[in-house]
Amino acid sequence: MRNKGRVLAAASAVFALAVTAACGSGDDTTKTPEVKPEFNAALTSVFNPSDKPGGTLKMAISSDWDSVDPGDTYYGLSWNLLRLYGRSLVMFKAAPGAASAELIPDLAESLGVPSDGGKTWTYKLRAGVKFEDGTPITSKDVKYGVMRSMDKEVLVNGYTYFNDFLDLEAGYKGPFKDKAADTKAITTPDDQTIVFHLKQAFGGFDYFAMLPATVPVPAAKDTGVKYKEHVVSSGPYMFDKYEAGKGFTLKRNPNWDKATDPNRKALPDAYDVKIGLNADDIDNQLISGDLHVDIAGTGVQPAALPKVLQDNALKAYADNPAVARLWYTSINPKVAPFDKKECREAVMYAVDRTSYQAAFGGEFAGGQIATSIMPPQIPGYAPTNVYPAGADNKGDLDKAKAALQACGKADGFEVTMGFRAERPKEKATAEAFQQSLARVGIKVTLKGFPTGDYFSLYAGKPSYRNSPSTGLGLMVNGWGADWPDGYGFLSQIVDSRVIRDSGGSSNLSVMIPEVDTMIDQALAETDVKKREALWAQIDKRVMEEAVILPGVWAKALTLRGKNVTNVFVNEAFGQYDYLSMGVAQ
Amino acid sequence: MAGPAGLVCPAGPAAQAEIVVTFFIRRTIGAALMLLVVSIATFLIFFGLPRLAGATPETFAARYLGRTADEHTQQLFAEKLGFYDPLWLQYWNWIKAIFVGTDYDYGTGIEHCAAPCFGYSFRTNHAVWDDLLDRLPVTVSLTVGASILWLVTGVAVGVLSALRKGSFFDRAAMTGALAGVSLPPYFTGLMFLYFFSYQFDLTAPGGTYVDFTDNPGEWAYSLILPWITLAMLNAAAYARFTRAGMLDTMGEDFIRTARAKGLHERVVVTKHGLRAALTPIITIFGLDVGLLLGGAILTESTFGLKGLGYLAIDAINKQDFPQIMGVTMFAAFFVVVANLIVDMLYAVVDPRVRLS
Amino acid sequence: MNNVISPRQDPTARPFLELRDLKIHFPTDDGLVKSVDGLSFSLERGKTLGIVGESGSGKSVSSLGILGIYHRRNANVSGEIWLDGQELVGASPETVRGLRGKRMAMIFQDPLSAMHPYYTIGDQIIEAYRVHHKVSKKVARKHAIDLLARVGIPQPDKRVDDYPHQFSGGMRQRAMIAMALSCDPELLIADEPTTALDVTVQAQILDLMRDLQQEFNSALIIITHDLGVTAELADDVLVMYGGKCIEYGAATEIFDNPEHPYTWGLLGSMPRLDQPVTERLLPIKGTPPSLINVPSGCSFHPRCAFDGRTGGASDTVVPELELTGTSGHRVRCHMPAHVRQQIWHNEIKPTLEGTGGHSVASMSELPSASDEQSEEVA
Repeated sequence: MRNKGRVLAAASAVFALAVTAACGSGDDTTKTPEVKPEFNAALTSVFNPSDKPGGTLKMAISSDWDSVDPGDTYYGLSWNLLRLYGRSLVMFKAAPGAASAELIPDLAESLGVPSDGGKTWTYKLRAGVKFEDGTPITSKDVKYGVMRSMDKEVLVNGYTYFNDFLDLEAGYKGPFKDKAADTKAITTPDDQTIVFHLKQAFGGFDYFAMLPATVPVPAAKDTGVKYKEHVVSSGPYMFDKYEAGKGFTLKRNPNWDKATDPNRKALPDAYDVKIGLNADDIDNQLISGDLHVDIAGTGVQPAALPKVLQDNALKAYADNPAVARLWYTSINPKVAPFDKKECREAVMYAVDRTSYQAAFGGEFAGGQIATSIMPPQIPGYAPTNVYPAGADNKGDLDKAKAALQACGKADGFEVTMGFRAERPKEKATAEAFQQSLARVGIKVTLKGFPTGDYFSLYAGKPSYRNSPSTGLGLMVNGWGADWPDGYGFLSQIVDSRVIRDSGGSSNLSVMIPEVDTMIDQALAETDVKKREALWAQIDKRVMEEAVILPGVWAKALTLRGKNVTNVFVNEAFGQYDYLSMGVAQ
Repeated sequence: MAGPAGLVCPAGPAAQAEIVVTFFIRRTIGAALMLLVVSIATFLIFFGLPRLAGATPETFAARYLGRTADEHTQQLFAEKLGFYDPLWLQYWNWIKAIFVGTDYDYGTGIEHCAAPCFGYSFRTNHAVWDDLLDRLPVTVSLTVGASILWLVTGVAVGVLSALRKGSFFDRAAMTGALAGVSLPPYFTGLMFLYFFSYQFDLTAPGGTYVDFTDNPGEWAYSLILPWITLAMLNAAAYARFTRAGMLDTMGEDFIRTARAKGLHERVVVTKHGLRAALTPIITIFGLDVGLLLGGAILTESTFGLKGLGYLAIDAINKQDFPQIMGVTMFAAFFVVVANLIVDMLYAVVDPRVRLS
Repeated sequence: MNNVISPRQDPTARPFLELRDLKIHFPTDDGLVKSVDGLSFSLERGKTLGIVGESGSGKSVSSLGILGIYHRRNANVSGEIWLDGQELVGASPETVRGLRGKRMAMIFQDPLSAMHPYYTIGDQIIEAYRVHHKVSKKVARKHAIDLLARVGIPQPDKRVDDYPHQFSGGMRQRAMIAMALSCDPELLIADEPTTALDVTVQAQILDLMRDLQQEFNSALIIITHDLGVTAELADDVLVMYGGKCIEYGAATEIFDNPEHPYTWGLLGSMPRLDQPVTERLLPIKGTPPSLINVPSGCSFHPRCAFDGRTGGASDTVVPELELTGTSGHRVRCHMPAHVRQQIWHNEIKPTLEGTGGHSVASMSELPSASDEQSEEVA
């Protein structure tokens, strides 16, 4: 199917070229025939490629994301979008398919140069890059951007990778608490050079250099939490109008020079971003052509799902990209009888994995049944299935019963399962567990918790989840990678050292000293291939412990808007690449 | 032959003015007390109850911080937002800020938030009062347009139904009214958008709003579907209500008297019948408008209109306490004021009612 | 307001108001309601007709029928109503509306509910006047104040701006009368004008109505269940039962020589101005008939004490309204005239006189006494 589609697309492209040639070049009135749409046409190749600038790309989202401030945002869609108005040192290649996993220099001339065994990383900035007001961008602006992003009390939404890895002085307060604050952890020998000094060797520092925190911010224009209302652009577009919570428009940045930027096509003349549209209405607008992009990138709503899947004309405008996200269930070894590995194994074997998939919306909207933690699109992924749930994935009851026998609970046992009450899919998951496990005599009691407090007060708080009275043996969970890389995906959910007594960690059940050691090993490895192999080993080792029951590797059924050109899914984000899209006039 | 033009009671104008002023003062004090109770209740629900459930100042703070914020950051943040203060002091500070303002730290400097200061959003760091004022025009536009629409159509249909009781029109209208009441705006709104905006391209797509001051024509164009959607819901109720009221009224003795005078039937229906039948509707109308000014949550979210209702839902979803408090107080204020106005209006419309 | 005599005086033979076989039927889901079933009478200007009957006898419906206040869609009206040479049943609604309030007006009972609560007394009178007279509001207001003064309301220039609820019951009834008189109607119908009032006020209102009738020389129909009121005012009396006239004649005849058993019952149960209402003497047993399933034959027969003296005709044959005597006295009864007169003189009259009979006796003198009432209007 897909090959045929591509042949057709290619044929039409050739035909279009022929027609254009016949009519003579430069004849703008000639309509280029639309490339024939196909299901998944933008998944591994560029659909409707174009170099034609102009038009306004209309985007919308149903609920606001954290911030457009590059130093204060932790949403994939935001990282995807902000490349329009901000240039970080390094970026994922704007290309379809697996090619997007490659890091390429953006504001920097080249990828980072490690020294001191991976403890020092040096970047050289491209020459001639300017802010929207024409001021040249220097390494000091990049340093300031990183420094301000580390104040988590002011810019609360970001990550703490720099806080954790930079070799900061004790008592470093950052530019908000102390305007004159400086640190030797980042040095700028000249206006084009920036050097990061780390506490420990970290081979994957280029991933940090990809983070939006390295987008330059002019210190003089920084207004703290209000900077998001006046972000100063370093990319091809700048803010035209910004209305908090309602939307914004981007227009071309006159001081952006294509010569300094090989990564951006910058096709549309403007972007119109609307926030807070009804989610079902967004689907309707995408179908009718009133809208080009659903920024959320999480796929169509349940209402539109059957329509899109059944109507071939509509389905031709849909793609089914994989998202680097795992929906899973933590099995808590601190709660009896899960302290016995065999009892955990009984659960691993007994659960009907297809019901997990169904709970999340099935094959297209939910995703692929997962057999391990790391999703296949993470570089280094090695297929592994430690606890196969039968040939039909509906559970291997014989093995489950044998495991129960082995752990001394042949007649089953009782266990409490926690989930986020406001999330219907997680509730459905818990109910599916209840049914699956009842088949082998394991009685599951369901307990819903408020979403906002799930990690801070209940499942995420060891004193609560491990308590003999309130103990949660099973906890519905989910994790999305900050970026498609073993570290980005695994460190927060399998490293036992991220678990805090005060609660809040996403790691609810993995406490394996051997894994912690393996993580440290992988961190320090600067050889990409070797490092990737290490992460795959960690994946397998955690699976063997039977403390995580993988559910589905998420997928989304997304619609590409009509009249959109140059569309493809960027695997690094699991979304359409917002940087490359154009709009047909 | 005009209406009773403000006649309230047989007392002289001076005594009358005194009665109105006394009434107004008493009701204003009552309204203020009401708002106080609402604010305390809201405060307790969102700040007090979570504490009983085990929330600490740090976990409160953690909600507004990133996933990776450490304990120290949580403490600093909790300190900054005053979560360590006893509840009564937090409440007192909140009340105080409304009257005298407060200071707020943006990170790059301290700003004074002038009274009336309802605090700053924990999420967006916007002054809540500014947000409320920013969203108000949308909700007012939506409410005013829709309320006129539903009042006019509801009353017209109700009157015609009552005058042609049992006719085909009556049956059709009342069946339609039942449907109108039962269909949620979420459904009708999306249907309207689908057909009128996307299939026929007659109306603005969802999420469109143009300020009245920018372009009145486009303002109406952007709001016509929300108006109809919201109006349908209430027009149906008003049609049923008017019909019942008219049927009652047209059976009254004074209608027979009016006919015996030889008045034209049109005058009998409008001046005598409608006037009496509409009085209770005015009460309901006032309260409905007051309620809607606090935010037409479903209609606003269906059409992506950034009004007070949308702000309220957003605030609750994001556990943004200052915004929740602000929106609640704003909505309560409108309801209380609408009540007051309705009571005064009733005294003007029905001379038998005295302000007391 | 002083030219009370309308110039429209027709000396021809036709009476000023004449009803011929008026029928008002309402088809309902339960059946045909025969509210008025063949009513005929006539009335001259300056004269008063009392229509008497229990509630539900059709007396109010017939008066509304004369005024043309009925739904043309749900009422079947037949017969003829002649008002000063003009037929009203067949006339267009607009024609009848033009006469209503102007040439024929109505005084309703219970003026608190019969007046609009949201408009002042003055507004309501002004409205009644201006619908038929193209005058300014100012002129109409002056007229309203005059009328209020005429019906005996003190400080009419102030009270004109009061609302109905600010008036006492008696004052409201006076205002109601003023409203009815606003266009000098030639036919005035008063429906239970004193029922809602206490006894002393009743007498005042009746006096007022008598005075005004004289002054305006209008034809007056008094509808009441209270024979006492009729005795005060009426020249002729028409007794209705089950939508039909069962006895009709000069007031003196009806009070002195009533011939229908129902009329005897009414006389027996007549409340008197000098006694509390509770001391009714001979209440009529049973309940008024359903107007849908009117009893067969004589509709009164289920309640009639003399049922057995009709030779079995009472429940099979509908009796005709037949002349008795010479003075135009008509009665609808199967019993022969002499039997009826015999029963009245030998069985009924003594009973009434034995207890409260003097009032009946004195009543026959009342109509003549009315001449003595003169213009003592304030």
